[in-house]
Amino acid sequence: MTEWLALILVVMMLAAALAVVLVPNLVGAIAASSAVSLVVAVIFVVLRAPDVAMTEAAVGAGLSAAVLGLGVRRLGLWKLNEGKKDDA
Amino acid sequence: MPIPLDTLFFAGALGLVAIGVVGMLASRHLFRVLLCLGLAEAGGNLLLVLSGYRWDSVAPILTGDLPVGVSMVDPVPQALVLTSIVIGVGMEALAVALLIRIRRAYGTLDGHALLARLREDLDERLGVAPDRSEDLPKGHAPFPAPAAKEQEVNP
Repeated sequence: MTEWLALILVVMMLAAALAVVLVPNLVGAIAASSAVSLVVAVIFVVLRAPDVAMTEAAVGAGLSAAVLGLGVRRLGLWKLNEGKKDDA
Repeated sequence: MPIPLDTLFFAGALGLVAIGVVGMLASRHLFRVLLCLGLAEAGGNLLLVLSGYRWDSVAPILTGDLPVGVSMVDPVPQALVLTSIVIGVGMEALAVALLIRIRRAYGTLDGHALLARLREDLDERLGVAPDRSEDLPKGHAPFPAPAAKEQEVNP
């Protein structure tokens, strides 16, 4: 049962990591990186590191996404309906 | 066909590091490079925690009534990773601040355009001519059309 849980977690993590690289708009990429952090936090719980999981979920998924989102808004790249990639 | 749990997690962590590094090398937009750096960092943290993991042990929390013969997971990598996560967020914030300054100074975050602008600025500041080869072909196609070349070589 634990193997299936681990397999699902690893597949979710890698899929979200691919989404960070491939999703065209930056807001979606930030959301995907936050999802990667959440799955990594669950994996830390499975690996019996509950304190690290707590910190990863609070800091990696919450604070990091907030910093990146505010940075994107400050950079003027907050576009939700952008179809093409890398609109620098 | 049960896959061992360690192998699965190690494969996931190495895959996360690989996706992060490849994304960093392959993407042109500097903000996406920063996001991929965060991915690689998460994979590295996962590898560190996995290095101290044991299948038949409990979390390293002293409760006083640990049964005899049951061991704990190594707590030293966990403490290191705890520090590494916080430092990673600080580094991300610093990188975002640098990106804001770059965008303000150059008006773009495209990596290739920034490199060209940087070279131009360096050349202008040093007072030298731009570093260009004399053999640089003009126009878009560096080679002549194949039919014309064939006629030229075999008359």
